Amino acid sequence: MSMSWLDRSKEKTARVIPFRPILLVSLLGVAALLPPILPAYYLYLLTTVYMTALLATSLNFVLGYGGLLQLHHAVFFGVGAYTVALVLTKTTWPFWLAAVLAPLVAALLAAVIGWFCVRLRGLYFGMLTLALGQLVWAIIYKWRSFTSGDDGIHGIPLPGLVSSPTSVYYINLGVLVVCLLILYAVIKSPFGLTLVAIRDNPVRSQSVGVNIKRHQLAAFVLSGFFAGAAGVLFVLIEQSVSPSLLYWSKSAEILIMDLLGGMAVFLGPSLGAAILVVLSMVVGTYMDYWLLVMGLILLLLVLFLPQGVLGYLQELFGRKTVQGGERDAAN
Amino acid sequence: MSVSMLASQLLVGLSRGMIYFIVAAGLTLVFGVLRVINFTHGSFYMLGAFIGYSVAAGIGHGSAGFWLMLVLAPLAVAGISLLVERGFLQFVYRREHLIQVLLTYALVLIAGDLVKFFWGSQYRSLSTPPIFTGSFATGSITVPKYNVFLLLVGPLVALGLWLFLSHTRFGKICRATATDREMVDILGVNSTWIFAAVFALGGWLAGLGGALMAPVVNISLGMDANTIIYAFLIVVVGGLGNIWGALISSLIIGVGEAFGALFMPDWAVVLPYIITGVLLILRPSGLLKSVW
Repeated sequence: MSMSWLDRSKEKTARVIPFRPILLVSLLGVAALLPPILPAYYLYLLTTVYMTALLATSLNFVLGYGGLLQLHHAVFFGVGAYTVALVLTKTTWPFWLAAVLAPLVAALLAAVIGWFCVRLRGLYFGMLTLALGQLVWAIIYKWRSFTSGDDGIHGIPLPGLVSSPTSVYYINLGVLVVCLLILYAVIKSPFGLTLVAIRDNPVRSQSVGVNIKRHQLAAFVLSGFFAGAAGVLFVLIEQSVSPSLLYWSKSAEILIMDLLGGMAVFLGPSLGAAILVVLSMVVGTYMDYWLLVMGLILLLLVLFLPQGVLGYLQELFGRKTVQGGERDAAN
Repeated sequence: MSVSMLASQLLVGLSRGMIYFIVAAGLTLVFGVLRVINFTHGSFYMLGAFIGYSVAAGIGHGSAGFWLMLVLAPLAVAGISLLVERGFLQFVYRREHLIQVLLTYALVLIAGDLVKFFWGSQYRSLSTPPIFTGSFATGSITVPKYNVFLLLVGPLVALGLWLFLSHTRFGKICRATATDREMVDILGVNSTWIFAAVFALGGWLAGLGGALMAPVVNISLGMDANTIIYAFLIVVVGGLGNIWGALISSLIIGVGEAFGALFMPDWAVVLPYIITGVLLILRPSGLLKSVW
């Protein structure tokens, strides 16, 4: 399977003005100043966007950069959320312990699932992630005495410090920024570059001595960790969990976000998440047919804008990253 | 746990496996020839059930309605799938798997809401036709008559597919296209229409599966999501594109599920995933040889 249209090799062009860092820092500044002036509903909406952006970016780490067909990413998100929910309702452990534990549990699960999956290639890889992910879903769905089954867990008790909408907003923003910085650093590290090399040419990578499976497994675990962190944020926002968090259609939704924003651009998935979250809330309040709208958006994207919104903007302004001709030639 | 109970459960499992096979055969055929991952297949199955419902309900719930539904619903779905292939799918054959997955997923979302629009979101149900109501009882083994009917239809479909693929000119061309499309093109066959025809045949099989299931399940929105996952698991476990592999894994999963319901009813839903997981770990590229 070729992913060469995600090629980032031309990114190393000389930069004159650090335009993008300035833009991002000022965006962050605006985001930090918003809570006092924003109505509660929009605050909630933005908080959800931050959480979803982290989830979408964590998927893109394995999908876009790792080139792994991860079809069931929501599992790690859901397991992270369930870990927090179960620890807070079944034990007397403090919140911070639950919040630390959740991403670790998700990462552990990713290690188990990934250990089986990285032995397979392409579609088979994707299908096994789907099968094992649905297995986890079925267990949570059916283990009524432990997880409350399809009722989910509601009214999860949170400590006062993290229960006001404003503090939840800042926590989400802070966690998003820190996690994105870490992921960006990983992508730019020798490990991340090796990962991209494996995606673009596995045979050659192997022949120069790269252990493909180990790298892919590490990437898989890391993305599971950050999806679990997004799960913690979800519990902070909603104070409830349900098995639908880890049904396969949730994973498909995350895939759509990545594609919508653009998988070849680091912030693409974040933009895709923002667009989809806002659209779902807006369209959802006006009509019953939100899925139809999402389907049409996806259809248009796939047929006319496969590089995503941010990918397209990046093509328009300056850096040419995606080459249509090469894309066709590669297949 | 008596032997007769096990035996009747085995038959129920086999008949369910037959339905899985009919749906999965269409999916694996499309996989094999078009090399496209078709998530819309589950929607075709759902459409088969809903259209079947409308046909049968329109005519009256008797035998005539049932047989007419079995003929008309799959044909209607085949027509719809032909439109889907010509309208959308033909543009992404040369793109990545992910793009194909997402295109067909977009169609899943659209089809789901269109069904909601036309049929509403409440449950529908059909009764089994008069000739198939009741059960056969041999000794202490009882099996619903409709399951026996399914047990006969499944092998018939398998036989028909085998005859078509191995003993007709068109079927042989399909298999050749699966192996090497370029060569088929060079030999002067218009593979574009082979693709369209195979996709329509896949849709016909999904529609048939849906119509056959209509009398025994709640016809509802969301019946596509579960089915497509099962069909995928079956196809992958069987070996991508291999129809006989799909037959074997359908029966394994159908029977596994039926016994699961008997021995640990709470956990029956987990079993297909466990079976698939174990089989894929043991045989990473499927039970039988994949055509890829």
